[in-house]
Amino acid sequence: MRKHDFYEHRKYPVLIIISAAIVLIIVKLFSIQILDKSYKLSAENNVVRKIVKYPERGWVYDRNNTLLVSNQRAHDIMVTPYLLDSNIDTLFLCNILQLSQQEFNNKIKQAKKYSHYKPSIFLKAVSKENFADIQDKLHLFKGFYTQPRYVREYNTKSGANIFGYIGQISKSLLEKYPKYTQEDLIGITGVEKTYEKQLAGEKGIERKVVDVFGKYQSKLEDGKYDTLPKKGQDVVLTIDITLQEYAEKIMQNKRGSIVAIEPSTGEILCLVSSPNYDPSLFLGNQRSKNFTNLYLDPAKPLWDRSTSALYPPGSIFKLINALIGLQEQVINPATLFICNNGWNYKSILHIGCHKHDSPLNLRQSIAQSCNAYYCSTFQRIIASKENSTAGLDNWQQHVKSFGLNKLIHTDLHDKKMGFIPNSEYYNKKYGIRRWGASTCISLGIGQDAILMTPIQMANLASIVANKGYYRTPHIVKTINQSIDDLNQDFFTKKYCSIDSIYFESVIYGMETAVEGKHGTAKKAKLTGMKICGKTGTAQNPHGDDHSIFIAFSPRENPKIAIAVYVENGGWGSDVAAPMGSLCIEKYRTRKISRIRLENEMINKNIQY
Amino acid sequence: MVTTQRKSFDWFTIMIYLILVCWGWMSIYSSSYTIDSPLFSLNTIAGRQLAFMTCSFLIAGSILFIDAKLINRLSYLIYFFTMIALVLVLFIGKEVGGAKAWFNFGKFGLQPAEFAKIGTVLVIAKFLNDNNLYLNKTRTLIITASFVVFPVLLILMQPDAGSALVYTSLIIMFYREGLPLRYIISIIIVGILAILTLIIGVSSSIIVLIILTSILAYLLKKQEKKFMIVLIFFIICASVISGINYTYEKILQPHQKERIDLIIGKEKNELGSGYNLKQSLIAIGSGGFIGKGYLKGTQTKGNFVPEQETDFIFCTIGEEFGFIGSTLVITLLLSLIIRIILLSEKQTSRFSRIIGYSLAAILFAHIFINIGMTTGLVPVIGIPLPFFSYGGSSLLAFSTLLFIFIKFDACRMERF
Repeated sequence: MRKHDFYEHRKYPVLIIISAAIVLIIVKLFSIQILDKSYKLSAENNVVRKIVKYPERGWVYDRNNTLLVSNQRAHDIMVTPYLLDSNIDTLFLCNILQLSQQEFNNKIKQAKKYSHYKPSIFLKAVSKENFADIQDKLHLFKGFYTQPRYVREYNTKSGANIFGYIGQISKSLLEKYPKYTQEDLIGITGVEKTYEKQLAGEKGIERKVVDVFGKYQSKLEDGKYDTLPKKGQDVVLTIDITLQEYAEKIMQNKRGSIVAIEPSTGEILCLVSSPNYDPSLFLGNQRSKNFTNLYLDPAKPLWDRSTSALYPPGSIFKLINALIGLQEQVINPATLFICNNGWNYKSILHIGCHKHDSPLNLRQSIAQSCNAYYCSTFQRIIASKENSTAGLDNWQQHVKSFGLNKLIHTDLHDKKMGFIPNSEYYNKKYGIRRWGASTCISLGIGQDAILMTPIQMANLASIVANKGYYRTPHIVKTINQSIDDLNQDFFTKKYCSIDSIYFESVIYGMETAVEGKHGTAKKAKLTGMKICGKTGTAQNPHGDDHSIFIAFSPRENPKIAIAVYVENGGWGSDVAAPMGSLCIEKYRTRKISRIRLENEMINKNIQY
Repeated sequence: MVTTQRKSFDWFTIMIYLILVCWGWMSIYSSSYTIDSPLFSLNTIAGRQLAFMTCSFLIAGSILFIDAKLINRLSYLIYFFTMIALVLVLFIGKEVGGAKAWFNFGKFGLQPAEFAKIGTVLVIAKFLNDNNLYLNKTRTLIITASFVVFPVLLILMQPDAGSALVYTSLIIMFYREGLPLRYIISIIIVGILAILTLIIGVSSSIIVLIILTSILAYLLKKQEKKFMIVLIFFIICASVISGINYTYEKILQPHQKERIDLIIGKEKNELGSGYNLKQSLIAIGSGGFIGKGYLKGTQTKGNFVPEQETDFIFCTIGEEFGFIGSTLVITLLLSLIIRIILLSEKQTSRFSRIIGYSLAAILFAHIFINIGMTTGLVPVIGIPLPFFSYGGSSLLAFSTLLFIFIKFDACRMERF
């Protein structure tokens, strides 16, 4: 007989416990497969490698469609830290990559800090020459691979300050531009910066599936989500590269700036800041070294003088005072002022002047740049209102309408306002009502606190050439053969507060300055082409006077307005005037007839 | 009373078995799949698994046609031979991954630890049935336990802690055959104290123990000999705590400690031993609700999960068939276990009931530990998932034991 089974009831706990344990597993599965979505992402990170296809940056042309900036292929060396062999021949690898052991270790450490599993840039933009050797041998080292990308290629050694440069995006910019990633390049200065959006293009992304060893398996879903890189838009500059290169050449071994503008359009024809540097210095593996050198250079080649150097304008400012005098009707073209080797105020104050006939009329005062004439004119301008404060502020309003003391809304990345003083400035300096026209009499001859940038001076020439208006100076002519992406404000006329009828006599004076017997800009005279100009010599407490010249040509329907500023160049008539004239000749005729003058100017070497 | 009444084989169990084995082969095929892999070749693991399956089916079939009495009579002999094999493997076995667990026959290997389960189960069944003993007697318990302890020690000497651990699941069968509840409760308390010690350290555990002891003393305040009981409780528990601590600090290998640390959450090591678990979770977790589709698992195709054909085969199921597929597999496995237990309860003979319970217990241990490990419920312990993991020994051993049970169930009216 079967013994009675006392323990039959024990099947229930057994069944319950086993079922409960299995249900526990199902619950866990539910949580990881359905509730927790993070594993899907991790799985994708495991197998999907996003390969960024870098776009070609837009090309840059000059106004005559000469290619200035294009691209060349370079390669980034990428590293995936967890794939690295622990016993690689680092010495050999360092040799190939031209790195020191120390640099190598630092770079590996950096890459590991970024991510063990994600590839990061080990060496940036290796040039073609070095790459051939690296490509042959790199496959020997697990964890390294190369990724093509573009770097700039310059067809000119000039215009570095215009193009600007590109560089790896900074942390602060990354926050501002969420579309960029850490490895991306972005325009940092110049046109590269202001037109970054148009030049950049769009990255393409290829997604490929890899195995645990990073070995390529297949395209992700047959490339359904892959995108092709889109080339950036081409940009045509207003620059005339022939003029730009010529002006840079003529400025060599001098510090200063040459800016030329087409008066009718505001298009900048050349924008020279000297000393300049070869834009190609910022390419390749010498980049950071070159950058440091330029950065530390006391001549500050990285500083774009043409747009951001603040200079006293000197005598070229007399044009503005003459125009204001005419507009305020305190002088007329026939007004004469006596010059006793300068201008005197109650034998307390004397503003000197060079030797010339006296008295002079307006035309001759411009041609011979008489200081006394403009001190007197300025005094009358101030006196035309009930008090000095009102007079000066009225004067400042006129001056500001020439685009001074304010930022021009241009597409140049670096710009300065300049400075034109008003009553507030002198109230602060001397106290309320404790100053008068005589206190600030130097404003009449473009000294005192007046500061202008070279581009503002060129714009002044442009305003006179246009007889009363300017279009905002700008550097880009078209983008992708259209002007839609440009600031439409560039195309509107901005009038100054002087009626156009008053310009004729001033222009006559500028003409006489070049053509006349006693003209200060005689050295700028060019047979066969009428140039209207005004020299300037700005006193400089730190050394020799600055040499200044503004001009436009021809007299009717001017094609070019120019400003030349040579730091410590001495008399405007000696240096800046001939240089400006040569640039005008180069631009208008494409050749130079005055070889001797040209050589003299090119070889002029100013010691700083 | 001897009856010759015959019942047909339990086709429900056989059907589940066949489904599981085929699904297992599909998973192995998928986990080792490449575009150009041939379907049948002994050079691929899927091809070899097919050979193991054929072998298993042949053995299963022959078991169904031999006399059940013969197996019953051969129990001691089978136990003896499997133990001999366990001893031999320590001397002439092939060392794989630091453990001498394999007999090597050319392309194939045999793992005696898998077959030792059959011998152990048979011998216990035979011993308890023939002598009509229950485990409520300490003497019976000691003899029965020694049948288990012997192979466990041999397996630990290989060393293969995972396979040895599986034998502890026989406690379920012991319980059914009369093991007093206090033993089980003691084991549970020891287990809890062990985990507590590992997580919060010795000193904190002792404080917890003192609190527990006080509660016990309060509950037992009306009992006689309460002082003795409370004292013994305290001493035993305290020695367990210090023992566990000693084992952890002094005996365990660093990698074993690491695994324990990982599971109790003391440590997060994503590159070392936690890597398997992390990749396993990614593979299963990314399967989502319906999975990525057969042969379309990106993680398994990319070999991200280590040991994905053997111990981590469940990742393939989780990734490619998703929550639905995983649940279906687990449900099938659970149905098999429940079916075996329910059938066991219908046995006239204790011999077949013990075999059934043992089989259910071992299956349960394998399934719970294996899937628990791939889903992060239990520490990473290397044991195969029955019918799914690649490997001949496991499949053969489980098939044999299952079909022995099916055979005995078919003649359940017979007394042995």
